[in-house]
Amino acid sequence: MDDEGVVRLDAEYDEARLSAHFEALLAAGERIEPRDWMPEGYRRMLLRQIAQHAHSEIIGMQPEGAWLTRAPTLHRKAVLLAKVQDEAGHGLYLYAAAETLGVSRAELLDALHSGHQRYAATFNHPALTWADAGAIAWLTDGAAVVNQVPLCQTSYGPYARAMRRVCQEEAFHVRQGYDMLHALCQGTPQQKEMAQDAVNRWWLPAVALMFGPPDTVAGGADARTAAMGAAVTRRSMAWGIKRHTNDELRQRFVDQVVPQAERLGLTLPDPGIRWNEERGHYDFGPIDWRVFRDSLGDGSLVARQRLAHRVAAHEDGAWVREAVDAHAAGGGDWREAA
Amino acid sequence: MTRRIRTPWEVFIRPRRGLSHQHVGSVHGADAEMALANARDLYARRGDPVSIWVVPSEAVRASSPAEKDPLFANAADKPYRYPEFFVTLHEDGDEQH
Repeated sequence: MDDEGVVRLDAEYDEARLSAHFEALLAAGERIEPRDWMPEGYRRMLLRQIAQHAHSEIIGMQPEGAWLTRAPTLHRKAVLLAKVQDEAGHGLYLYAAAETLGVSRAELLDALHSGHQRYAATFNHPALTWADAGAIAWLTDGAAVVNQVPLCQTSYGPYARAMRRVCQEEAFHVRQGYDMLHALCQGTPQQKEMAQDAVNRWWLPAVALMFGPPDTVAGGADARTAAMGAAVTRRSMAWGIKRHTNDELRQRFVDQVVPQAERLGLTLPDPGIRWNEERGHYDFGPIDWRVFRDSLGDGSLVARQRLAHRVAAHEDGAWVREAVDAHAAGGGDWREAA
Repeated sequence: MTRRIRTPWEVFIRPRRGLSHQHVGSVHGADAEMALANARDLYARRGDPVSIWVVPSEAVRASSPAEKDPLFANAADKPYRYPEFFVTLHEDGDEQH
């Protein structure tokens, strides 16, 4: 056998050995850490998920951020400012986690700006009234918590640690949003109507888009979509990235939110919602995924506004980055300072 | 000109007096002051931490996961480093002191 053949066999042997070690770590419930060997597919799936998650955090600042200057009181303004600032922080935790997989933050932002990586389409809905800021925090952040609590146990260490920080802060987001709607529901009929209107518009984005496509038969969608979703979910669960199916988490969210809506005196816009004694869960109506997806194309007005706003913010900050670089080049280096 | 703004720093926080600084994550910063300011904004929005350290990520020399056995395997074959290896101090075992 020629030398090249020997080298190739060695490489294959190494890969099999490394792969067995990786699988053994997962089987033992251990975390994978940045310097561990990992299959390329695992790295790609993680990177895609963490990047999309990070992008969603910073794009998600926009709908509520638009209400900062129009908050009804100084107190509400201070709270909303803290909430939106947290979202920027969540983005940074997640970008830092993604960087441990060997990409730079600049590359990730480029991919967002060019449309090569996605963010949650939930945020391509406009926030039309002050009540939207409450509905977004209660429903979409509430859905995010249901997704993120299991991710605190995800198999990749840096991602799990980022999610633990995020989850600690997310509880405040949900509560302050619920508090805003609670205040409106105790107010004038017009205020309560505004709260109901916002909930009507943010219910479906939360229950559908925040959990992703159906991935079990219970998803109620056409079989092909569910089969595709199930294949991705199976792979992700085998690698310990996801711990539950999308549909399982969706059900958990519905079960949590229905009594909360009742307490507000608001109606969730789904006539199919009713307690199912036999299942011990709330039933809810099937989601028509095809219609929903079509209405949310990248070309929608709000989608284009979201991305344009993000790119403009990045470009407007170019002079700051240049000034900082110039300062650093002039002696800001840590070794020279030491 | 190098893009110093993208230099990563590791962040360590002492959550309260009596505890060590603990690694909490990383930030970018052109210099130590900027890294410290970013770390404060990112990791100290809540709680009442006592102090923050920032260390350039490239200054950390890490052991490789592949070195785990040569570096850390000594515990396995030296059970006599643990008190449980030896006869108890009391008839009933170690519970009483």
